[in-house]
Amino acid sequence: MESLLELIKPLPEIIKPEWVAQAAFYFIVGVTLAGAIFAVFLRQIVHNILGLIVALFGVAGLFVYLNSEFLALMQILIYIGAVCIAIVFAIMLSDPMYKKPPQRRLPQVLLSVLLSLLILGVFLSVITRTPLKAAAERSNDWSVSTIGSLLLTRYALVFELISLVLVVAIIGAIVIAGEGRKQRSAK
Amino acid sequence: MNQLEVYLFVALVMFCLGLLGVLQHRSLIAMLISVELMLNAASINFMAFNRFLTPEPAVGQIVTLFIIGTAAAEAAVGLSIILAVFRRYQSIDVEKARELKG
Repeated sequence: MESLLELIKPLPEIIKPEWVAQAAFYFIVGVTLAGAIFAVFLRQIVHNILGLIVALFGVAGLFVYLNSEFLALMQILIYIGAVCIAIVFAIMLSDPMYKKPPQRRLPQVLLSVLLSLLILGVFLSVITRTPLKAAAERSNDWSVSTIGSLLLTRYALVFELISLVLVVAIIGAIVIAGEGRKQRSAK
Repeated sequence: MNQLEVYLFVALVMFCLGLLGVLQHRSLIAMLISVELMLNAASINFMAFNRFLTPEPAVGQIVTLFIIGTAAAEAAVGLSIILAVFRRYQSIDVEKARELKG
């Protein structure tokens, strides 16, 4: 945060740096929500994935505001660089853009909107009613080296499990994608 | 700017948008995109609680790293399932993959 504020110091005295930081924060929030809305409501899948990319960039910006540049970088590297590009490859399987996207059934859409609004309301009341108190003693050690040493000591088992999950997912993906090819050639 | 509630509200809206997308879309890829939105909402929540409430600010970042790893695995498996469904039905519309409906 401090480095961000130092960056914009040479501005004239009337504009306070805190205001600029605040405006940038709300801009990032707006970008995130707008990207999420594009990702859900647009009809073409290409537009959806572009909206998802915008939303993920916004989330990375929020991570910077939450004091973790490292996770912002990881977000951009893994989510946007790997996951989104993998999804872009799969878009080739969808219908071409000149075809009209399939009509949605009205009762289904209404039901899903109702359910989402219900969950929104329930969680909103939970957020507003819960008293959120900070822990009495808080260290302010946000560094990457702490994350690394914790990953190799206290969370070592979880860390290994994640790598196991990734291996199983890769093997499973190969098996699932290979199965269909066998079926097809057997026909 | 430094308010926990703002982050919680953003994450909540993102989660509900993702839920809406999963429920109403008919294309499997769009549903996968919406699931990614929901996972990101969860990680915003973890990071916000980590920033404002927890005694140790490294734990929430570690949990978020695990979420990112799981999301990568989920995307790999989801895309291969989409590929298999496409090979079988020549389409990724979930309405067409209804053999078990009877």
